[in-house]
Amino acid sequence: MALIEFSDKGLCCPQGQFYIDPWKPVEKALITHAHSDHARWGSQSYLCHQYTKPLLQLRLGDNPYQTVEWGETVFMNGVKVSFHPAGHVIGSSQIRLEYNGEVWVVSGDYKVANDGLSGQFEVVPCNTFITESTFGLPIYKWKSPGQINKDIQSWVLKNKELDKTSVVIAYSLGKAQRVIQAIAEVTDKIYVHGAVYNVHQTLINAGWKLPEVHRITPETTKEELTASVVVAPPSADGSSWMKRFPNHVTGVCSGWMQVRGNARRRNVDAGFAMSDHADWPGLLQAVKATGAEKVFVTHGFQATFSRYLNELGIEAGEVKTEYGNDEEVSPLAVTDEDSIETDESVSDNPEAKTFETNE
Amino acid sequence: MNKVENDIERLLNEDHDRDISYSASGVGGLGLGGFADLVKVLGTSTKTTDKLNALVQYFASADDKDKVWVIALFSGRKPKRAVNTTQLITWCVEAAGLPGWLFGESYHTVGDLAETISLLLPETIPADQISESKPLHFYIDTFRQIEKQDESIKKQFIIESWDQMNQNERFVFNKLITGAFRIGVSQKMMVNALAKFTSLEASVIAHRISGNWDPSTTTFAELLNESPTITDYSKPYPFYLAYALDADPESLGEPEAWQVEWKWDGIRGQMIKRNNTLFVWSRGEELMTDKFPEYHSLKDVLPDGIVLDGEIIPSIDKKPLPFALLQTRIGRKNVTKKNLQETPITFFAYDLLEYNYEDWRNRPLDERRKQLQAIIEPLTTPTIILSPIVTFSKWEELTELRTTSREMGAEGFMIKRKSSTYQVGRKTGDWWKWKIEPLVIDCVMIYAEKGSGRRSNLYTAYTFAVKDGDKLIPFTRAYSGLTDKEFNEVDSFVKRNAIEKFGPVRTVKPELVFEIAFEGIAASNRHKSGVALRFPRINRWRKDKKPDEINTLDDLKQMLQVYGK
Ligand SMILES: [Zn+2]
Ligand SMILES: [Zn+2]
Repeated sequence: MALIEFSDKGLCCPQGQFYIDPWKPVEKALITHAHSDHARWGSQSYLCHQYTKPLLQLRLGDNPYQTVEWGETVFMNGVKVSFHPAGHVIGSSQIRLEYNGEVWVVSGDYKVANDGLSGQFEVVPCNTFITESTFGLPIYKWKSPGQINKDIQSWVLKNKELDKTSVVIAYSLGKAQRVIQAIAEVTDKIYVHGAVYNVHQTLINAGWKLPEVHRITPETTKEELTASVVVAPPSADGSSWMKRFPNHVTGVCSGWMQVRGNARRRNVDAGFAMSDHADWPGLLQAVKATGAEKVFVTHGFQATFSRYLNELGIEAGEVKTEYGNDEEVSPLAVTDEDSIETDESVSDNPEAKTFETNE
Repeated sequence: MNKVENDIERLLNEDHDRDISYSASGVGGLGLGGFADLVKVLGTSTKTTDKLNALVQYFASADDKDKVWVIALFSGRKPKRAVNTTQLITWCVEAAGLPGWLFGESYHTVGDLAETISLLLPETIPADQISESKPLHFYIDTFRQIEKQDESIKKQFIIESWDQMNQNERFVFNKLITGAFRIGVSQKMMVNALAKFTSLEASVIAHRISGNWDPSTTTFAELLNESPTITDYSKPYPFYLAYALDADPESLGEPEAWQVEWKWDGIRGQMIKRNNTLFVWSRGEELMTDKFPEYHSLKDVLPDGIVLDGEIIPSIDKKPLPFALLQTRIGRKNVTKKNLQETPITFFAYDLLEYNYEDWRNRPLDERRKQLQAIIEPLTTPTIILSPIVTFSKWEELTELRTTSREMGAEGFMIKRKSSTYQVGRKTGDWWKWKIEPLVIDCVMIYAEKGSGRRSNLYTAYTFAVKDGDKLIPFTRAYSGLTDKEFNEVDSFVKRNAIEKFGPVRTVKPELVFEIAFEGIAASNRHKSGVALRFPRINRWRKDKKPDEINTLDDLKQMLQVYGK
């Protein structure tokens, strides 16, 4: 019996009698992070990192949540379980399982670079590593978080000089916080869409020190918004919500912006290749550093990445999951790679608070 | 020179939209980086004014030789091809240390070879750092020098150049090597940008930058030289293009004010005879003189110093033949005797732009037409004829006549104001094209393939079928006609309903019904269906129709009977 099996409900640990990021309701769910393709509604109990809990409460409503800290050990029917930083978004964790001397690590989503908020990705040595591959092609190489921030800052300043409103499109959990931090260094007042505001307030209530932001309401005037900076989720891009901004320009933060055609097709004024997922060198670095003899590749370019790993002499196989959107997360659709993870898409939970899309 | 400097000064003062990142690194020395920035703005900007500003700023600070090349590149001219794509790819995967198949996967996702290479090469200069790249013309000149050299010399030059560039610059550098820039710069925008640096009229600038001048020997000063002499005898005038008439022709007022001709379905062209030499240009500014040997004898009958506007069209006894025949003629390297007999090409002349070396474009159309008639009518050769004027006294009569367009081998009417001058580009008001409705057919999508360029990640190229009994017969492909939103919708349908993979092609469940519009139909034995369509495109998505309600192969064959001649 393998320590982890790939079942129709998700990644299952038969010995420990739990699932990791299941996509169907189960008895016991271990959650890597609060994005909606990893944290789904309906399970009887959840185990997650302490930073993830308030985000799960926001998204999934009240449930029995149990939390751990990074590095803390929990035994589940003899399986030794611990959570370790994944660097993807706030609270995101890799999950390490050990049983009879064998170690498996489920990465969830991760990035190797430190964005200053999500924690530094930790290398966890293991026998078997389950990795994502959202950007598993060598064309994806990110600039450093500091450099990307500078790019966004100078774009925002340039627009301000021209009396234009900058609308920065960033997914509400993860990139929005990074963008807000960066913009706060160059501007005093930041306006945000309701979806971004909800996540922001949840984090502040949980004790995070984040810059002050102003929620856009029907009362927000055109004068206030002129030449200001606005942070909104992908779902707002192209919607009627955007019409309130006089003379605005749109900048999209997404790894897909690495390719010119994608920026052009989305008809945006600026594309910033910023992502919370590891780029190609990051994926390779992580996989090699774990020293794993066997690698399973999930959502993204799994066929490509696993073939390449095999050629490097690292035994790898593809796993079909319901994370991401299978092999082809359309980079050109209205929303970006995170669209499947957007707050708005958590629709199957009748008790969840409804999140705003427009007002 | 002084004037240009003054203009630049004025422009810089006026122009508050100046992008800080464009400040030149030195006087007249933007280098390849400046050009790369320009290409980026032109390729991604969503606003025409931003593009125009970027061009103007570039022209205000770039090296003169580079400017000439930019004009040339953006009007479709290409530098010497020094290395081929196989070499480029080989050197790229070598430098990046990647297996070839991974290059293929990357290319499939990016959809552009130059960009793929620029993204795969190991970074030597961070994107935000100013590189030490040389001016644009340096690279182009070097391509010429190394063209006949050993592969090792070429390789050394390419690799060293890559090493000195950031990703943005590598992209344009690779574009220079692999071919034309397909950048959204219309001739009109180029003319508007250049107009800020000279007092020449727009029509003159447009004329100067068209034709077959050589960017490696022409200077910027020569291009915008303010004396009116003709130095290049082959140079065509920019074409005057008509707008589609959507309204009732009654709205044009008195019929007497208008001249009406048939709208021919050929290639718009200019025939030039200057300095005793004949030149034939297509609207795409391609010199096509050699493609049509039958025109060569016209050199002996046309007066010198003349430019005619007309339609290049295969015809017998003044009756046009289907466009498909012209296409097969153009596609050939060598024209045989048999071709000349079966598909003789005629020039249907309809306007006179230059006569006795004098520019006639500012004279009214009826004066130009009278002179044209006087020149062409006496000629006895079947190779050039006057495009006839359609006589009518009431608009209703014309509406009636329009229904006979297809029998005439025409696709509707051209309606031109008799007092109109010959303008530059597409201008509204004086010239109208009044086309007949396209032919349409309902069919079902059966295969899908990813598009290219900006659509490289979406299934946007489709093959459609009609039914034949209980079989589905593919008959055409189409890539355009849907909105971005609809393309996204079809794309996700394909991803969910793909039945089989054949390389990049997906067989999909025959479920989505579309109406395909096209301009003509011809018999073809290269197609399973036996027909080939002209200009097929998706007219609309028939969500209201089920796959069993589509047209049949018999319907297509019937259309071939009626319109295929
Ligand atoms: Zn995620
Ligand atoms: Zn994910």
